[in-house]
Amino acid sequence: MAMLEVNNLKTHFKTQDGVVKSVDGVSFSLEPGETLGIVGESGSGKSVTALSIMQLNPKPPVEYPEGEILFEGQDLLKASDSRMQKIRGNDIAMIFQDPMTSLNPVFTVGNQIREAIRIHQQVSKQEARERTVQVLKDVGIANPEQRADEYPHQFSGGMRQRAMIAMGLACNPKVLIADEPTTALDVTIQAQILELMVDLQERYGTAIIMITHDLGVVAQLADKVMVMYAGRAVEQGTTEEVFYDPLMPYSWSLLRSLPRLDTAGEVRLLPIKGAPPSLIFLPKGCNFSPRCPFVKEECHEIDPALEEKKPGHRAACILSVEEIEESKHRVDEQLGVEG
Amino acid sequence: MSERPNAVPNGSPNGSQAYTGEHLLEAKNLKMHFPIKAGVLKRTVGHVKAVDGVDLQVRKGETLGLVGESGCGKSTLARLILRLLEPTDGEVLFEGRDVLKLGRSEMLGVRRNMQIIFQDPYASLNPRMTVGNIIAEPLKTHNVGSSQGDRKKRVQELLEIVGLSPEHYNRYPHEFSGGQRQRIGVARAVALNPKLIICDEPVSALDVSIQAQVVNLLEDLQKEFDLTYVFIAHDLSVVKHISDRVAVMYLGKIVEVADRTTLYNQPRHPYTNSLLSAIPIPDPEKERERRRIVLTGDVPSPANPPSGCHFHTRCPRAQEYCKEHEPDLEPQEANGTGDAPTDHQAACFFPVMEGQRIEEPATSTPYRAGE
Repeated sequence: MAMLEVNNLKTHFKTQDGVVKSVDGVSFSLEPGETLGIVGESGSGKSVTALSIMQLNPKPPVEYPEGEILFEGQDLLKASDSRMQKIRGNDIAMIFQDPMTSLNPVFTVGNQIREAIRIHQQVSKQEARERTVQVLKDVGIANPEQRADEYPHQFSGGMRQRAMIAMGLACNPKVLIADEPTTALDVTIQAQILELMVDLQERYGTAIIMITHDLGVVAQLADKVMVMYAGRAVEQGTTEEVFYDPLMPYSWSLLRSLPRLDTAGEVRLLPIKGAPPSLIFLPKGCNFSPRCPFVKEECHEIDPALEEKKPGHRAACILSVEEIEESKHRVDEQLGVEG
Repeated sequence: MSERPNAVPNGSPNGSQAYTGEHLLEAKNLKMHFPIKAGVLKRTVGHVKAVDGVDLQVRKGETLGLVGESGCGKSTLARLILRLLEPTDGEVLFEGRDVLKLGRSEMLGVRRNMQIIFQDPYASLNPRMTVGNIIAEPLKTHNVGSSQGDRKKRVQELLEIVGLSPEHYNRYPHEFSGGQRQRIGVARAVALNPKLIICDEPVSALDVSIQAQVVNLLEDLQKEFDLTYVFIAHDLSVVKHISDRVAVMYLGKIVEVADRTTLYNQPRHPYTNSLLSAIPIPDPEKERERRRIVLTGDVPSPANPPSGCHFHTRCPRAQEYCKEHEPDLEPQEANGTGDAPTDHQAACFFPVMEGQRIEEPATSTPYRAGE
């Protein structure tokens, strides 16, 4: 059995305008030491999936009408608050996107890391302090003894993100959920942070869920990928499968809409027309049908389920593998003529 | 794409005679030092050297990309060019005239030829004005169109040009998505038929699938209206896609300028080299093979920049000499051609030469079609 298994998770929010199905039937599993990349646009349900695992969605309005989140065999959706508090930060930790708003400005960085250690582990203040300095050192902060006594505003953006990672790793979690950990950072700092995460994963065997909209980051880190669109997983496979042989038109379009370093300027970008749908008024049939470049008549009627198209590689599309390959080829050829 | 017709003067009604020089815009030794004030008396205790001696030429009809980390002075430079900030020192020549010496009314005439598109499509549109009024505002300011009806027609035309519909005229910004708002920002910028548009991170705030729409729109408009762009971004892939030439900034200075192919294939400045190696490429196999130069530390504070070459504190090639001497932006020789200096300029004493590049760039298409 996998360490973390999410089965048919549904996270719905009741609002005045109707039910927002932020996550609508998502399944995946995670083994120790593995990295899962979750990609998708804003509003596709990536972060809500993460917050569901952590049980941090505000309740109400959140509801979990179906599904289960099994962590080492235990369903987190049914776990008591006190049980959840033991798991959160200890077994499963999370790094948030914006290190500026997720660190408390009125406590020192060391204080905040010590808090996590003291809550979860029976250690003396002295030991907690030593451990804090150690994790700060692990994440590459110079002069960790002094830095532990400084406040977040005395840290630069990259260092704050390091401090967040230190906090997440303080209790040696089994799963680390990183929600856009480098989006707010410059590329040079991003490279530092990603390298650090890989390094720490190798050392501690942590499983990582990497949530990002940056396909480059996913290509660099992930073993397998889940592509999300409008609350659904629309494609799942290994990183190679999804990047080299995408079987869902959305994943393909996303890859084609990126400017590339190697072809840049010679090939015109192929944007995805329109905008992501509102989660309250989803289109009929396939959610992606209004924007899909390969759309057929039936797509507006049939809502495709996520199914195995090739061994281990799943996609939600009514087109067969041959039809998708053929369509990809056709559009590429047209593009080649244009470029 | 690379061969664009030279911009023809677009008949600006303020009567400036056609300018024939090669450079539409030129910045000479441009400096912006913001004073740091402290104490009860608010005495100046130092300066933040946001832009510290920038020389830059923008040719007619080209797109000049400007990249660098946050805080390196890209946006300040954009504001100086538009004279939204008065520089501490230096010249800004637009069509050969020093913009900084112009009076109020002359400045107005120049302004209609220089426009800007801002990064944040949420903050740059007034939420209490209709889209029609937002786009008509520059027309009003510059007295274009004799009546309100005239202007309305022009605005509706502009809405169509940027891919929105004329019916959107009476709507408010909150009714639009991020990508659509950015289109409104673009419509406002092209309303006066300017010659130069400064795009300050125009796609950074947008979703990946929407970015491509706006990038393509900017490319189309450039062809249609002979626009010249200064394109500021921190995403080096987008910059490579849209730019003809690229300038790299570090701590208030330009450290390297070259045409895009040269810059991305043969970066001479170690900073450019490491920036390029830090971009994640959406190709798992390539990602596994490539080596990165991970720079240590953060960008130093522009209030207290390092001595000598500003980059020496993070540079993998730095030597003693770099700590005391500041390099100038100098023409680089093309590889193998000996003495012929090229358009390629870099500010480094020990530039990265052929074969010294640490990481090799991606050479084949990551997405392999039809395999």
